[in-house]
Parts: sequence; C-alpha cells; structure tokens
Amino acid sequence: MTAQTLYDKLWQQHVVREEEDGTALLYIDRHLVHEVTSPQAFEGLRLAQRTPWRVGSVLAVADHNVPTVDRDQGIADPISRLQVETLDRNCAAFGITEFAMADPRAGIVHVIGPEQGATLPGMTVVCGDSHTSTHGAFAALAFGIGTSEVEHVLATQCLVAKKSLAMQVIVDGVLQRGVTAKDIALAVIGEIGTAGGTGYAIEFAGGAISALSMEGRMTLCNMAIEAGARAGMVAVDETTIDYLKGRPYAPQGALWARAVAQWRQLVSDRGACFDHVVRLDAARIKPQVTWGTSPEMVASVDGRVPDPAMEADPVKREGMERALRYMGLSANAPISGIAVDKVFIGSCTNSRIEDLRAAAAVVRGKRVAEGVKLALVVPGSGLVKRQAEAEGLDRVFADAGFEWRQPGCSMCLAMNADRLEPGERCASTSNRNFEGRQGPGGRTHLVSPAMAAAAAIAGHFVDVREWCGA
Amino acid sequence: MMEAFTMLEGLVVPLDRANVDTDAIIPKQFLKSIQRAGFGPNLFDEWRYLDHGEPGMDPATRVVNPDFVLNQPRYQGARILLARENFGCGSSREHAPWALADYGFRAIIAPSFADIFYNNCLKNGLLPIVLEASQVDDLFKAAGGEPGYRLAVDLAQQVVRTPEGRCLGFAIDAFRKYCLLNGYDDIGLTLRHVADIKVFEERRREAMPWLF
Ligand code: SF4
Repeated sequence: MTAQTLYDKLWQQHVVREEEDGTALLYIDRHLVHEVTSPQAFEGLRLAQRTPWRVGSVLAVADHNVPTVDRDQGIADPISRLQVETLDRNCAAFGITEFAMADPRAGIVHVIGPEQGATLPGMTVVCGDSHTSTHGAFAALAFGIGTSEVEHVLATQCLVAKKSLAMQVIVDGVLQRGVTAKDIALAVIGEIGTAGGTGYAIEFAGGAISALSMEGRMTLCNMAIEAGARAGMVAVDETTIDYLKGRPYAPQGALWARAVAQWRQLVSDRGACFDHVVRLDAARIKPQVTWGTSPEMVASVDGRVPDPAMEADPVKREGMERALRYMGLSANAPISGIAVDKVFIGSCTNSRIEDLRAAAAVVRGKRVAEGVKLALVVPGSGLVKRQAEAEGLDRVFADAGFEWRQPGCSMCLAMNADRLEPGERCASTSNRNFEGRQGPGGRTHLVSPAMAAAAAIAGHFVDVREWCGA
Repeated sequence: MMEAFTMLEGLVVPLDRANVDTDAIIPKQFLKSIQRAGFGPNLFDEWRYLDHGEPGMDPATRVVNPDFVLNQPRYQGARILLARENFGCGSSREHAPWALADYGFRAIIAPSFADIFYNNCLKNGLLPIVLEASQVDDLFKAAGGEPGYRLAVDLAQQVVRTPEGRCLGFAIDAFRKYCLLNGYDDIGLTLRHVADIKVFEERRREAMPWLF
C-alpha cells in the first residue's frame, strides 16, 4: 500500500460512497451546534418533517450571545435571548444534549468539545462555525459548515464534500521562552498569507509541534482557517492520549485500550506525499503582533510597522495604506511603542487553562497600567474558570486590576455586550483583526496571552521574552 | 423534500434594476432571525418600506413605499420575478433565496445571475432562468403593459411560454433539473443512499464502538 498522509487516512475512513467526479458522501461522527447558525437548520428539519439521524452525535451549547457578567439575570438583548432560547427549545424538542447557560460545563463550543473528550482522534467533527478547525489538534478531520449543511448533517449524518489538497507545515527546533503556539500560528500566516492554505488541509508537524501541549495544538489548528485552510491537524502521540484519558466522553476500560491502539495509527506514514510543504525554524520565531486588519499583517514585537511605500505591488500597497489608516498607525513606528486602551484575554483561540496560567504568570504582583481602560479575562468554559479559580488565578488577575468574567465568545466578535468603542485599540488573544470585528471602529492587535497580559501591565506592547522570570 | 417543480403558471412582476445585491434582497439586520421561513415580509425591505426595518416589527404597522413595484396592486400574488443582469450579487447569504421563496416566488427570469446566488436558489426550490437580454427586454415591456401579464414555465421542456404563444427556451444543468422536477433537495438526494449510510454506520459502530 502506498504511504498515506494523516489527512488521507481520515478522509478514507469516512467515505460512505464516492461519485466519479470525486464528490464524496462523508460520514460525520461529531456534530457541534451553537445558537447562531443552527436555528434555520432545525426549522428546515421540522418543515420537512425530518428528525436528527443520530442525536447522540450532537452536542450543543450557546456561546456567541451569552453575557459574561450577571448571567443569572439572563440576557438583556431580546434578539440574543431569543437565539439562545431557541437553541434550548430545539435541543429539548429533538432530544439533543445541550450544556445550558447555567451548566458549569458550558463555554465556547471549541473549548468544551475537547474538554469533555467529545472530540476524539479519528473523528470527523463539524460545526456551523469556521473555527471548527480547532478540533484537528486531536488528529480529527474537523471543519466548519454552513447552515444548509448543518441541516444536512442533522438529517443524514453525512456531508457532501470533495477532498482538499494536503499541506504540511513543519516547525522544527525549540521555541524561545515566552514564545507560544499563538506566535507559531501568526508566523505561519505571516509566511503563507491568509489565502496560502486555500484548498488545502494543513497538517502541522515537526519537533516544535510535538513539544506543544494539546492546548497549544488547539490554538494552532484554530488559526488554520485564518491561513485559508478549512482544516488543520496534528498527528496522535502520547500528549494526545494523556490529555484524553478519563475525560467524560472518552472511552473507558477495555474500550480505552482498543481505541488507543487504533489512534496510534493516526499519523502520516513515512514517505507520504504532500501537495505542498512549508518549513519554519521555531528558534527564529519571536512574539508576534498584528498591525493591520488581516491576520497576515503581522510583525515581530521588536519590529516596526511596515512602510507601504516600500511595497512594489500597488494592490498590496493600497491594502496596507487602508489598514494603517483604519488602525491609526504610521509607517515605521516601533511595534513596542503602540499603546493599548483595552486588553482581551479569551476566545476559542486562547482561553484554556494553559493560556490563563501563562497570562497570570506575567501579571502576578503587578498592576494594569493607568491608560488601560479595561482588561478582560474570559475563560473558555465554566470548567476552565473553575480550575483557574482553584489555582487562585482569578485573584491574581483581580488584584492586578483585570476583570474576571463568565465564559463565552465575548469580545472576540462583540455579539454580546463586550465590545470596543470606535477608535479603541485592543491587545486581543482572539483570531480575527478584521475591521469592526470587536466593535465598529475598534482596532485589534492579535497576540498571545502572555503578550496581552504584558501589554496590559505596560500599557503598550512589550517583548514578553524580556519579562520571563522577571 | 422540496416542493417538486413541475409546471409553473403565474403573474409576473418586473423589477427594473441591474445588479440587485443580496443586501438589497434581505438587509443584514434580519440575519439575526432564527428562522428560515418568515423573511418574505422583509424581502427588499429598504425599497418596499419608507421606514427603517428591524427584526420583530409588524409589517402591518410599516410605512409602505407605494412606488415600489412589489407594492402595486396589479402585481399582488406574483410568483415570477423578472429582473435585470447580475441579479443576486454580493454576499453568499442563503437568506436571500429564503426571502424570495418565502414571499412566494418560484422562478426568477434575468439575463444573468451571480454565481453563488444561482446555486443557492436551486438548493431552495427556486428556479433561476437565464434568457437573452433582448427577450428579457420584451418581457419587461409586456409585464409593464396591460395588468395581469402571466407566464408559464415548463421545466421539463425547458421553455417559458408567453401568452402571445412564444416559446423561450432556457438552459439548466441536467442534474439540477432532475432534482427540481422531483423535488429532491440535497438532503433528499443523500437520503436515497440511506442503505449505504446505515451499512457504513453499522461497520463503524462495530469497529469503533466508543464513537457511538
Ligand atoms: S470565540 Fe470567537 S472565533 Fe471562537 S467561536 Fe466564538 S466568536 Fe467564533
């Protein structure tokens, strides 16, 4: 048999049937559902008098619209409230497991899936949300789908899809202290661009990836979509297996051993061919800060805002000029001199316990700078929150002047009350710095949790490598 | 199942604008809606009403724009929309065909359609018909003339029949035609492979019981 990539294996294992033109009916193992993209799918199901094919494969949670304060008082905005209540009603009507807002297990859909062990190696995982790529960290084939497809999966347990090309991103070497998975993700996007992964499924490999925790791998796969790839993935190893052991939805007892034996096959075979390979040296990656309105507009913290005048391509130059105008930055300004108004630590990219620990380590015993109006920490789930509180991290943040919130998407996309005001500048651990993403006119700089924490303390971006151990 | 599309005979309303985008078809504030149905009252909201529309408003209390073609008494109950080139451009929102279908349209005739919109229509039982610009011109004149201008769409024959007895042929992908004629949506089609899916699922359940 020819050598297969991890992606080849995952794909092949899920093909129910295939048409001559390569269009395949793909079986879906896990369907994650949230309140924004599901209502019409349930409605469609009802209109067609269909029922979900396999309710046990579905796990639902409301995350986009939920408030991060005073949750016991419900959702103030009636439209947001209705979306959440609709999810509750649909789940109840169809017998789907939902972690309701008051459930301590509730949180961002891409945080709770893995946390519960509901995301397992070898699965196909879909969700009506582009950041579903996160789950690929577990050697799963995971990607976002549209509302019609949500309905399609509910009704048939399958999806009509065509295979992508395979890309391998190899990051070898050892990361410097203070440099994280988020910095790798941003460096990769800076290297290949936001369309660099279009048409590909990306497998991340190499020594620096193996050395990452599951949290780090999730951060990396989460941002594969920002590189244009619908799916990102990492092969199974001991780290994967250790993480899953004992999780509520993970297999137990004799099944565990059987599952693990199968999971160990979920690696790219030696000599497997990729359609494209990109290599990065981990040792050369510095803490990254985006300066523009696309994740590919990124620089190292010790660098400067680029000068559009130096850009030969007129279309790119125009894009850079437009971004700098929106961001209120001038060319050649040092990145570390950029002052921030708000700091957001959270989102499905960076709201897991490891992220909060990294941020707390920077913050401990210090105070948020005068000029910073708001520094938010929003844990990715109720369980992350509980764990952090057990470790006393909430006190560390609160003592430093951070607000410690309840879990949800929060200021990642500002669909609830947490948002930037026009012109405000934010150091954010989220994944999109698009115009208006965190509120109309808001200016987003994407960074790692440690970098965001350091910016909160200093009031401007600083090289967190110099803070380590300080 | 989608409603099967066999013969359609209906009143025609002419919308004489080019490049009608999906934001005009259904403005973005309505995307917060939790339903796929119910977008009809907000179809072309900014043109149909003189006040600003927000989700949840009662259409009966809105200030109707009497000049907009859809609001004219002679076009009430229209099932065929006559449009100009590049209809449905802009974002890929599926809410646009949802709104058109919910309003009651089953077919749209235009010289050209935006690509994604065209496909989204077919997924939702709405037939987009491309005719030559000169033919569309003639239809605009006829539909704007004497009230009560109706057309018959024969999908099986791939023709639009006019009351004057003309037959205007149109092209459509054979597979999509088959789906429409039979009322198969993508889900309906996949469900024809229920046996395959069940066999696959059973094998998977045996091999990997922890996934079930
Ligand atoms: S945290 Fe942000 S990116 Fe992640 S699911 Fe929520 S809104 Fe989407």
